[in-house]
Amino acid sequence: MTLEAPPTIAASNARASIALRVLPPGLYAGRGYVVLERAFRVYRRSWMVIFSGFFEPLFYLFALGTGLHKLVGTVLGPGGHPISYTAFIAPALLASSAMNGAVYDSTMNVFFKMKYAKLYDAMLATSLGPLDVALGEIGWALFRGGLYAAGFMIVMLVMGLMASAWAVLMLPAALLIACAFGAVGMAVTSYMKSFQDLDLVQVAILPMFLFSGTFYSLSVYPAWLRVVVECLPLHHGIAMLRGLNSGVLDGAMIAHVAYFLVMAAVGLVVTARRLDRLLLR
Amino acid sequence: MSAPETAEVLARNSDEAAEALISAQGLTKRFADFTAVDGIDFDVRRGEAFGFLGPNGAGKSSTMRMIGCVAPVTAGTLRILGRDPATQGPAIRARLGVVPQQDTLDLELTVRENLYVYGRYFGMSRAALRPKVDELMDFAQLSERANAKVEPLSGGMKRRLTIARSLINDPEILLLDEPTTGLDPQARHVLWDRLYRLKQAGVTLVLTTHYMDEAEQLCDRLVVMDGGRIVAEGSPQELIAAHSTREVAELRFAPGANAAAAERLSAALTGDRERIEALPDRVLLYVADGERAVARSHEIDLFPLSSLVRRSTLEDVFLRLTGRSLVD
Repeated sequence: MTLEAPPTIAASNARASIALRVLPPGLYAGRGYVVLERAFRVYRRSWMVIFSGFFEPLFYLFALGTGLHKLVGTVLGPGGHPISYTAFIAPALLASSAMNGAVYDSTMNVFFKMKYAKLYDAMLATSLGPLDVALGEIGWALFRGGLYAAGFMIVMLVMGLMASAWAVLMLPAALLIACAFGAVGMAVTSYMKSFQDLDLVQVAILPMFLFSGTFYSLSVYPAWLRVVVECLPLHHGIAMLRGLNSGVLDGAMIAHVAYFLVMAAVGLVVTARRLDRLLLR
Repeated sequence: MSAPETAEVLARNSDEAAEALISAQGLTKRFADFTAVDGIDFDVRRGEAFGFLGPNGAGKSSTMRMIGCVAPVTAGTLRILGRDPATQGPAIRARLGVVPQQDTLDLELTVRENLYVYGRYFGMSRAALRPKVDELMDFAQLSERANAKVEPLSGGMKRRLTIARSLINDPEILLLDEPTTGLDPQARHVLWDRLYRLKQAGVTLVLTTHYMDEAEQLCDRLVVMDGGRIVAEGSPQELIAAHSTREVAELRFAPGANAAAAERLSAALTGDRERIEALPDRVLLYVADGERAVARSHEIDLFPLSSLVRRSTLEDVFLRLTGRSLVD
């Protein structure tokens, strides 16, 4: 039997060397993409599961856009410009679906794979490290979120809901939102003990979806409540996409992006450390 | 092969035999207030099949997890392939094959994909994996199920697939944690055959088991663990010689009469190593000559309902060293 491993290890070690300087040894082998590759193989057969997630925001858009639009008509969008109610909620629904997709993947799916399928135990028995696993799984959540976002944006384009050329940037922005929620979702999941704990995720997600200014402007809230909502991540996602769709870019954009970058980084580091604690003990 | 060549091969083999692939001194594993492994020493040499025997909770699996570089060492030193698992875990794991106690197959993938994807985890190229996957499916007798999902496979098939998967990176050391627990006799024998072939191919096997027949079948050398410590070490034959007698006579008396019979029989024992054990349903005589012990019993007017004379087995050693009481 010949051993193919040494040259590949050398190559991956070289790639990983930069990362190893900032991370504890053994946390990262520079091969998170193989975890992503696994996900592609799994979902190649069950693409219907993926497809279904595409419809959720569309149903909201049609139900509220056509139904409520008749009652509401035009509202004031970013920068105080009047826009149709459908165009007002469309970017918010995009942000929400990016969140929902990433959270679903990184909580339900990850919990099952961690506790029942023992998938990560199998991965960590190989030369992969916990950060490879975390990056690969979050990468998958990201790809899936990107698919949904692209599909939804095509619908927006067809329906004439895109108000500016900046709207194209909603795609990377939606990916950033998905990335941050995926990373934090996986970190939170690593603390969960049973399927009942997962219900708590919905308790956090559903109110955030309803009250983060998805369907109306935050100006309806009293000042204190507005401050609370402005601290929530989905609010930043909605404000970011709504601004991009209308082409109203201000300093707040940088704050939104920074918010999600920090959120993603914290989630990723906590996830890698928790996987290390949970599975490598 | 000419004579000098043979000599050379032999010399190299003996060199390799002396090389310790795994070496542990004072190896300790503690969880909070519980000591799972309590300062054990052992060496595993290249090409041998080394076994950890012991009841549940003896510390076998914790030891295996430390060797597999998926659990940090609390104290003591551990070197695997000359490297330190604390700093070179991934590099060591790249050269190990691991068969965990419970299958961790990927239930969302097919048989073929399980092997393929696992190879990818090791960073192997697609081109290198294609022939390797076919070869391993053949080895595991799963070629006909190549495109089947893993979930509906039988326990034996899943186990064979787990072993095939652990071989994807051509490991130098194969770690098997209770490889045949829960399998039917046919499946166990097929697995033993596969493991024997691997040993012939030069793979170093490290396994845990609480099946004595498995240890006798597979292990060149083994240690018996109890309460986190090593209580005995040697080849199966050595252990039997050191901790038991050559034969065991099992005499079954009427219910309730066994203890009294054992008392009278103890006079019949001669050798210093010989001993007697009274169980609720029978009396065990650990003796050099079983037939003679039965005859002696007849001489003192003790007629068992049935008697059986057999060779001592590892099981006798195991029960002697780790006791008969139930451990959970």
